[in-house]
Formats: sequence, C-alpha cells, structure tokens
Amino acid sequence: MRAPVLEVKGVGFRYEDMAMEFDLAVSAGEFLALMGPSGSGKSTLLSLIAGFETPERGEILWEGRDITLLKPAERPLSIMFQDNNLFAHLDVRTNVALGIEPSARLGPKDEKRVAAALERVGLENLARRLPGELSGGERQRVALARMLVRRKPLLLLDEPFAALGPGLKKEMIALLKEIRRENGFTILLVTHDPNDARATAEQTAFMHDGRILAKRPTQEMFATTDIPELSDYLG
Amino acid sequence: MAQRHEPVNRRQGSTAAWVAAAGIAALAAVPVIALAASAGGDGGLTLGAPYIARVLRFTVLQATLSALIATALAIPLAHALAKRQRFPGRALLLKLFAVPLGLPQLVAVLGIIAVYGRQGILNDILAPVGTAEMPSVFGLQGILLAHVFFNLPLAVRFILTRLEAIPPENWRLAASLGFRSREVFRHLKWPHMRMTLPGVFALIFMLCITSFTVVLTLGGGPHATTLEVAIYQALRFDLDPALAARLAALQIALCAGLLLILQRFSMMVAMAPALRARAPRPDSGDRKGRLGDGLLILSGALFVALPIAGVVIDGLKADFLRLLGEPLLWRAAGFSLVIAVSAAGLATLAAAALASGIARSRGLKAQSLRITGNLVLLVPPLILAAGWFLILHRHLDPIALSPYAVVVINALMALPFALAVIEPSFRISFQMHDRLAASLGLEGLARFRLVEWPALRSSLALAALVAVLASLGEFGVIAFFGSQDLVTLPLLLYQRIGSYRFNDAAGIALLLLGLCLVLSWAIERRSPASLRTS
Repeated sequence: MRAPVLEVKGVGFRYEDMAMEFDLAVSAGEFLALMGPSGSGKSTLLSLIAGFETPERGEILWEGRDITLLKPAERPLSIMFQDNNLFAHLDVRTNVALGIEPSARLGPKDEKRVAAALERVGLENLARRLPGELSGGERQRVALARMLVRRKPLLLLDEPFAALGPGLKKEMIALLKEIRRENGFTILLVTHDPNDARATAEQTAFMHDGRILAKRPTQEMFATTDIPELSDYLG
Repeated sequence: MAQRHEPVNRRQGSTAAWVAAAGIAALAAVPVIALAASAGGDGGLTLGAPYIARVLRFTVLQATLSALIATALAIPLAHALAKRQRFPGRALLLKLFAVPLGLPQLVAVLGIIAVYGRQGILNDILAPVGTAEMPSVFGLQGILLAHVFFNLPLAVRFILTRLEAIPPENWRLAASLGFRSREVFRHLKWPHMRMTLPGVFALIFMLCITSFTVVLTLGGGPHATTLEVAIYQALRFDLDPALAARLAALQIALCAGLLLILQRFSMMVAMAPALRARAPRPDSGDRKGRLGDGLLILSGALFVALPIAGVVIDGLKADFLRLLGEPLLWRAAGFSLVIAVSAAGLATLAAAALASGIARSRGLKAQSLRITGNLVLLVPPLILAAGWFLILHRHLDPIALSPYAVVVINALMALPFALAVIEPSFRISFQMHDRLAASLGLEGLARFRLVEWPALRSSLALAALVAVLASLGEFGVIAFFGSQDLVTLPLLLYQRIGSYRFNDAAGIALLLLGLCLVLSWAIERRSPASLRTS
C-alpha cells in the first residue's frame, strides 16, 4: 500500500451537543467517497480539512507536514460546494481567474491558463457570461475550471452533484474522472447517494454519528454486512 | 386539460376581496375626481406657474438631497456594523434603529429642535466653548436633518440585511482563495451593497417626496415648501382649489413615475438558498480599523438616540399635573384612540379580504388586488385628504362627517403595511390547508374557525398593531379635518407649538413617544423571527 498523503489523526470537534472524532488516511491519487446519513459529520470533516473549522485536538497532516493551523488559503486544496461556488456578479472568466490571483488581474500567460481551463470543461464560449445566465451544471463546471487553474493537489467536493439532474450528473462525473486522470488529483467526495460513490470512488468511508465507522474499497463496502448502521442506511 | 374542481370557499374568498377592492378604489378615486373637477374651476390661481415650478423644484431637490445623504451615510455605517458582529449593545442599537420609523413625525421634529435648535442641547454644550451658533434648524437644512434621521436607520437596515445574506459558501471561498480585505470588499461586499443602493435611494426619495409634517414644521415659507404642504395651504388658507388640484396632479404624476422605477429595482437578483453554516468572516477579526468603525457606529447611534433623548428630557420638564388635569388632553387622547383603533380595524379587515383573494388567485388578478391595497403609494394620504376635504365642504356636512373621513383615510394609509404583514401568512396557510380542507368537506364558518383563524390570528393582530401605530402618530390628515371639535394628540401638540406653549408640547410629545414605544415593543415581540430587526 502507498504511504498516505493526507492523514487526519484523532481530530476532535464539537458542534452544538454532538462530539465528533475523526481518523482517516488517504493515499496519493485516491478517490474517496465519504458517505453517511445527514448529520453524520461529513461536511464538518471537510470543513476541518479545508480549515473553515479548527479542531479541538488532534492533527491534520499533508505529506507528513502538519497543516492543522494553516489558513484555508495556505492549504494544498480546492473546495467545491453544492451551490454558490461562484460570485454572482462576476463573469465566468473572472470567477476562474480568482483561482490564480485574488485581484483577478492576470498577465497574458495566466489568461491563457484560464482560457485553457474553460476549454477543458467545455465552456470556452461562455467566458463573458454571468453565473445567473448559466445552468446548474455549467456553474459547477466553472468551479471545476477554477480548481484546474489553482493546481492544488487535493479536491474537496461537498455534494457537488446534489442539485443536478441525472443526465447532467453523469456528464459531470465523467468530466471529473477524466480531469482527475490527467492531473493526478486526490479527491474527497461527500455524498449521501450510494450511486455517486459507486460511480466514482475506489474507496468509500462510511460515517455515522460523528465517526468514521469503516473505510474500504467501494465494491467491498457495498457488500458489507457486518456494520448494522450501514445496513440500516442502505436499507 | 382536466376540469379543475374549484372549492366553494375559493369563490367566497374572492368575492370579499373584490368587494373590498372596489370600495378602496372608489374611496381613492372620488377625491381625485373632485380635485380634477376643480382644476379649471372658479377661484383661479392666486399664485401663478412660477410658484408651482418653484414648489416642484424644492420638492424634488429636498427629496434628492435627503435620499443621497441618507444612503451615502448608510454605506459606511452598515459596513461597519456588518464587520463588527460582536460588541456590547449591538442588539440594542439595531432595536434603536427601528424606532424612528414608528415615531410620530411631529414628535421626532420636536426632538430634533430640542437637540439642534437655537435653545437646543447642542448649542448649550457649544456655547461655553465660544464657538459660533449652530446654523438654524429651520429651512432646507432642518428638513434634510429630519429626513436623514428617519431614513438613515432604514437604509442601514436594508444594506446590513443584504450584507448578512451573503451566502456562507462565498465567505468560505474567499478564505480558500486567499482574499485580502481589499478583495473581500471588492468581490464580495461591495457588489452586494451596490445592488441595494438604487432601491434604497428610490424608497427614501419616495418617502421624502410625500413628506408633509417635517416640511410644514421645519420648512414653510415660499422657498421651503413641497407639493403636499402647498396643497394644504392652498385649500386651508388660500381657498384656491384650482391651485390645489394642479399641485395634486403633479404629485400623483411624480408618485406614478417613482412607482414605475421602484418596481424595476424590486426585481433584484434572487440568490440561491444558502447552507446553514457558520462561515468564517475574514473581515471580522480585522483589528485594523476597529477604532474607526467604533467611532462610526457611535456617531450613528448618537445621531438616532439624541433626538429621542431630547423628547424625553424636555418632556420631563413639563407640568404633567396641570396637563393631565386638562379635559382637552383627555378628549384628544380619546379621539386619537378611537380613530386609531377604528382605522386599524378597517385596514385589517380590508387587508384580510384582499389577502384571501390574492391567495386564491394568481397572475393579473392577484396583481391587481395587490395594487389596490397599495393605492396610497400612488395617491398619497394627503391628496386623499385634500379631495375629501373639498367634497365635504362643498357638498356634505363637514362637521358631522370629518371624523369618518379621518378614519377612512388613516385606514387607507395603513393598508399597505397591514397587507404586507398579512399576505404571506394567508398565502402559506392557503397552500397548506386548502386541498385538505376541501377534501374533508370543511366549508364556510366551520372552516374559518378551525383552519384559517388559528393559523392567521397572530398575523391579523400584528397587522392591527402596525396600523394602530401608523395612525396614532398621523398628522397630515388631521391637519385638514381637525377643528375645535375634532382634536387628536398630534394636532393638540401642533396647536400648543403654534401658541408657543412649548412646555405643554414637550409633555404631549413624551406621552406620544411612550405610547408608540409600547406599541413598537408589542409589535417587535409578536413579529415572526424573519421580520425582526436583529
């Protein structure tokens, strides 16, 4: 087995009256689905890794380096939410450009990178549009293009397909897999839909009540019968 | 297409709505027709076209400046308040900012004179320092001061609400993309603030175009008169209905144009529903600028609090023993109460009828019912008062009918507020219960008792309270119809100022302030969380 690139070690966090405790190891280039009922702590785990929340104890390592207390922008990752991934008043090109430089003022070389990223996700003709003029699927592809120009090795995806219809979701998943193959991203995908995990991830972690109960190869996870919470969840 | 079953109740609700709408339209149309009929009539213009042009110019000028100043000051203040989410007294400050809107305009004007006037608190403080006297609180500067006092808090609340509605994901993205405070402002906060500005400006402009009490008391004279004050003077003092009619036509045209503009701005970008998540605010921990923000917030708080404090301080000096022994005060209080309660009852009934109709229909029908409920935005209460004043004095018995006219016009004035409170809950209740009630065969009174009343009574009560508050402090309409036999508290207050009995005026102002604060407090307590200030 490859050495883990991301390690979450004994990370404790309390939200309202729910005490959570996370341990997780992810190897380089892995596509891991985080699955579990709502309120099981999936998004909280992502927020801790992204740096939006600070753990009460424990540490988060990237390639062996402690990143627990780094600011969100200093971490080697990009994040995508279900919605509101774009600034509604900025056009598509500018939203992508923000991934390179917060002022969105770019030199010619970086402009080319933005154009290339938009072409890669098939939106090269929509660069001047505002997010409100795009479909839900197109908006998520803009966010994906921004992840491309950011060149951060870890992608955190928080239910990015939840607002998409089945056809768009399928397209988006295919695009995501290609982009991952080309760039060697490590991906954590939060989802409540077992089909998303089946369609994308080699590994699936099952979360329940603020804990990660198991992490196994996806096929194996869905054949598992020894975790009653998982059996209840899958029905 | 399949035939849709229309429950009996659907039609009943609609009938009541259309009856109410017809009544409202008639009550608004008749005075306009009466005014129009006298436009070319006898009497002639005592003052010519140059006068009308001057009044129109001043009306637009003072409203433009008021809206500009209030909006411009609200931007940094709202920004500072959004940045400083946690400081002692923040919740109290936001409550304080809700006060000016519910304050009778006359009371606020007295408070402003108490602070900024020649004998005001500020001059008392500045006099020993030996500085020059404060500029007069009368004229354009006084009008602007009062208008900013009323509308700055309103603007701040609009902009602040918008800033606080920025989706948490956007804040997280900003953190993740490494925005510095400059970029947070440029990409995140300013675009959201900018979106509100045209609407805020237009709303304040509209409120100031129809401002009567402030201009009558602080302005006056041919150089500081607005259309509404000029209409009042033309009818009550110059007996020149033709002039009043022309001014009224201008005022209605102005309102119509503004409403069209406002309509455009209300269609602002709807944002997707956001995560319920705590988002890090990269700007809130910013220690830099804390002093500046603090000073800004403190000055804003003082600007709003001082005139209110002025009313209290001056009011406490009044001779309450004598004042409370005056039968006239009790008569005025009694009239105020009867008028406010009747007007509120009428407004709530009409709003309920309209809302039930709006809930049961859609498209053009719902829209026209809604427009009828907001008719006073097109024909301001003062124009209604002017028209009915003409009718009563020409064709009917003014002494017997004046109280009814006051009640009806106050009810029309309060109707938009009542409708805004009631309509959402009617719509939701109808969507939730209509099919279930129909399938159970619940109809008529039984349905009202079991389904509508329990679900709607709290919003009806809230609407009634808001309407009571609005008509309790009303002054423009009673200025038209008031007489020795018909005096309300605000009119009595005005008369005491007119006869230089300032102590009495201050005492009455304090009484009114107390009444209105109690009412505001009750309204705040009853408001659903979504309507609350904080």
